[in-house]
Amino acid sequence: MTNDLIKLSAQSVNLWFGSKHVLKNINIEFQQNKVTALIGPSGCGKSTLLRSFNRMHDLLPDVRIEGKLMLEQQDIYEKNTSVTQLRRRVGMVFQKANPFPKSIYENINYGLKINDVPKEERDGIVEKALRESYIWEEVKDELQKPATRLSGGQQQRLCIARTVALRPEVILMDEPCSALDPLSTLKIEELIIKLKKDYTIIIVTHNMQQAQRVADKTVFMYLGEVIEMGNTDDIFNNPKNELTGNYVKGRFG
Amino acid sequence: MNIAARENFDKVVKLAIRSTGLIVIVLLGGIFFMLLYNAFAFFLKVSPMDFITGTQWTPSGKLASYGILPLLVSTTLVTIGAMVLAIPLGIGTAAFISEYAGKRLKNILKPAIEMLAAVPSVAIGFLGIVIVGPFLAHLIGQPNGLNALNGAILLSVMALPTIITVTEDALRGVPNSYKEASYGVGANKWQTLIKVTIPAAAPGILAAVMLGIGRTIGETMTVLMATGNAQAFPHGFLGSVRTITATIAIETGEVPYQTTHYFALFAIATVLFIMTLAVNIVGEYFVNRFRKYHSA
Repeated sequence: MTNDLIKLSAQSVNLWFGSKHVLKNINIEFQQNKVTALIGPSGCGKSTLLRSFNRMHDLLPDVRIEGKLMLEQQDIYEKNTSVTQLRRRVGMVFQKANPFPKSIYENINYGLKINDVPKEERDGIVEKALRESYIWEEVKDELQKPATRLSGGQQQRLCIARTVALRPEVILMDEPCSALDPLSTLKIEELIIKLKKDYTIIIVTHNMQQAQRVADKTVFMYLGEVIEMGNTDDIFNNPKNELTGNYVKGRFG
Repeated sequence: MNIAARENFDKVVKLAIRSTGLIVIVLLGGIFFMLLYNAFAFFLKVSPMDFITGTQWTPSGKLASYGILPLLVSTTLVTIGAMVLAIPLGIGTAAFISEYAGKRLKNILKPAIEMLAAVPSVAIGFLGIVIVGPFLAHLIGQPNGLNALNGAILLSVMALPTIITVTEDALRGVPNSYKEASYGVGANKWQTLIKVTIPAAAPGILAAVMLGIGRTIGETMTVLMATGNAQAFPHGFLGSVRTITATIAIETGEVPYQTTHYFALFAIATVLFIMTLAVNIVGEYFVNRFRKYHSA
């Protein structure tokens, strides 16, 4: 496996919400089997950039995107690209855990049904996904219980399992731990590191320590622009840009 | 104004507002009491068993019979027919408005639906006599189309605004995060609507249906005009029927004061009142459950 393969990239991407210019000339590449952290102050466009990689902005009116976003050789916004196929390849974990108001089993089974996975295979996939997300031991005896009864951390791991079950190539995570307690956060971080060998992961985070713990690469964004990107160590210890330095040292943000 | 005067004024206003609220309760209680009181007078003369199981409503003449069954069956028939038409149409329209329609179309559709609710029932009755009835007559080859199906069609039109509005509120109340989660695993719009949004909105949709039924059971003028009002036991959708409401409307004007027949009308009105009350209570229960579920 070539580890330097570029999995996702953005070329001269600009994005507007109505008349508001949210992403400004973004050029960026994400490597396969790496965890890349997107950091920056609130409103800098990290989540917006993340969500444009699986076309979550399609759901909103008044969004305009220019430039090219690529999943390997495929143009994400090209007319012939199937959004549902794309979202299967590029999975997403949201900021607030959002299990369906259905049973634990059905939460994972839903995506399998949608994607026409044969019935005989589903039980096995559900179990495997739950094991991979380190929640199997906690829920194996109560798969028919409503998912909303789980704790916040368990819900988020269930949401990760829901994504993992579909074997995407990329997993986008939008501040997955922002609503969780430290212990649950730790569990999810361990999970992210373990998932890295099979997936390309992009994670938006406000937590500097978290970025340093999980990410190989870090991208610093400010006011809709990418200010600096590089190895996590360099960004935090040897930032080239003064703004980056000030942000990672907590002087603003 | 000095402080004492202001405080007194405040007390007076408070009293006035409180009494307007109380009036509603007194009115409701008063109506219920009036119905019960007169219905009780009826049951002193006719046994409740005969009333409930009697298959004939022939209140005039020497051999008067006060069986509510034909009326009850008529009302049920028309209501079920109306719901079979209105529920799929209403949920479909609501889903279209909340999930598919563009902003401009939405701005036309929503006021149009509200205006539909404002059409007087007499006007809808005309529609039944002039258009729907003759059309049905032609279709089934009968001399006239004044039957249960005609009434059901018209009542479904009248129940639609309620069902659409409440269902749309319920669909819009489903958290966006559910839809995002569904799109996130590769579902399309239709799959998301059918498998995630509608199930999540189910209590609200149930409430919409209940409120629609409540509207249908109590409707009088339209069924009076459009269903033929035959006194015989109903023969299904293509036969003439006479609902509880139509019976009361037709006979109240003619009946001598405080006769058995007079009291009998109160008895069937009580049955109607209990039916609509029950349906509305169930509807409100689901509306509240839906609210709680989504504020949590």
